[in-house]
Amino acid sequence: MANHRIAAYLTRSDRRQTTTDESAAFGGSFVATRLRDAVQWARKYSFFPYPFVTACCGMEYFSTAGPRYDIDRFGAALPRFTPRQADLVFVVGTITHRLAPILRRVYDQMAEPKWVVSFGACTSSGGPYDNYAVVQGIDRIIPVHLYIPGCPPRPEAVLDGLIKLQARVQHESRATPWKGIHGSGRPLPD
Amino acid sequence: MHDDENQATPGEPSPLLRKVLARLGQQVLEHRAWRGDDRIHVDRRQIVEVCLALRDDPELCFDLLVDVTAVDYMGQPDGFRRPVEIWDRNRAMVRRGPLSRHQVAMPERGPLPRFAVVYHLLSTRFFHRLRLKCRVPEDDPTLPTVTTVWPGANWLERETYDLYGIRFQGHPDLRRIYLDESFVGHPLRKDYGKRDEQPVQPLHGPAANEPRRPH
Ligand code: SF4
Repeated sequence: MANHRIAAYLTRSDRRQTTTDESAAFGGSFVATRLRDAVQWARKYSFFPYPFVTACCGMEYFSTAGPRYDIDRFGAALPRFTPRQADLVFVVGTITHRLAPILRRVYDQMAEPKWVVSFGACTSSGGPYDNYAVVQGIDRIIPVHLYIPGCPPRPEAVLDGLIKLQARVQHESRATPWKGIHGSGRPLPD
Repeated sequence: MHDDENQATPGEPSPLLRKVLARLGQQVLEHRAWRGDDRIHVDRRQIVEVCLALRDDPELCFDLLVDVTAVDYMGQPDGFRRPVEIWDRNRAMVRRGPLSRHQVAMPERGPLPRFAVVYHLLSTRFFHRLRLKCRVPEDDPTLPTVTTVWPGANWLERETYDLYGIRFQGHPDLRRIYLDESFVGHPLRKDYGKRDEQPVQPLHGPAANEPRRPH
């Protein structure tokens, strides 16, 4: 099955121009670019999410992960409850300033490649909590690759976001887009 | 509704309040039964005595301390009795727009102490509840701890200390409980800026230095 799908994928001709490290090493050969596509295809269908759940949005995360919406269809079913085994962190719920160093440490402990999903209004912008205690958007602490709006987002929105993230993972053109501030390559300050 | 609540004259005491008054006598500075809630004010120096009496009296038997919290009555000229017009006037000015916001004047501090510490008591035998209040002045926000009466008061008093800066004398471990140890100030006081963030993790990224959204 998997081989068949790779074959189907690789026969598509509308591939992007690659200027990646690998393609430079292989002289931009057909083999290198196809290999990279295959690796990215494998990555996008085998997310190991780490649910960093702190608040009410968690209910919708559980609902998404449950059998009715079945996140397993997208290959992201198996949550790992240690960041060292995860490559995708769902930040779900209100992040307070007191919790911010812990979230940063979780992000730092994840092995690369890694992606961050900001799940809900609280993590994206502080949401309803415009006050002294809540971080006004986790993009002030760690890079964010995908924002899912809603308070809380419906499972459909989460699945839509996941599909968009998969598309992004498939088409990432730089070698290490998860590095630095919003993929800029600039290192994160301490 | 507020007028009713804030009248100075106490209404008819409820059956529970009658029992409490019979037990505590002169220690009750003020009492009121309003819409099913019974409330008494006591002097803060007598709080431990009063709590012991309420807990151990077989008629009252308040064996469960549900909550300890505080109220900041800052800017209310005669304390908790007639705050409504002032806050209404200020709110109307705030609503008029951002430009008039700085014109909001806090009224002079009134003669009554600024804070009130509130204890909610429940008897698991008789299922009656009582609200116990102590006024605490701003320049000396201290109060004896009631952890000796109900051990469960420990974290509740820490929370009150954390958010209001009220110091409970004799508390075994009076540290902040919600906020970081490095936090300066007590955020639920009315004079703490609502958006005065004190980040523990340094902020960075594109949104780090964005101005906060206006209301
Ligand atoms: S965005 Fe809404 S539902 Fe989600 S954690 Fe914040 S308040 Fe709760």
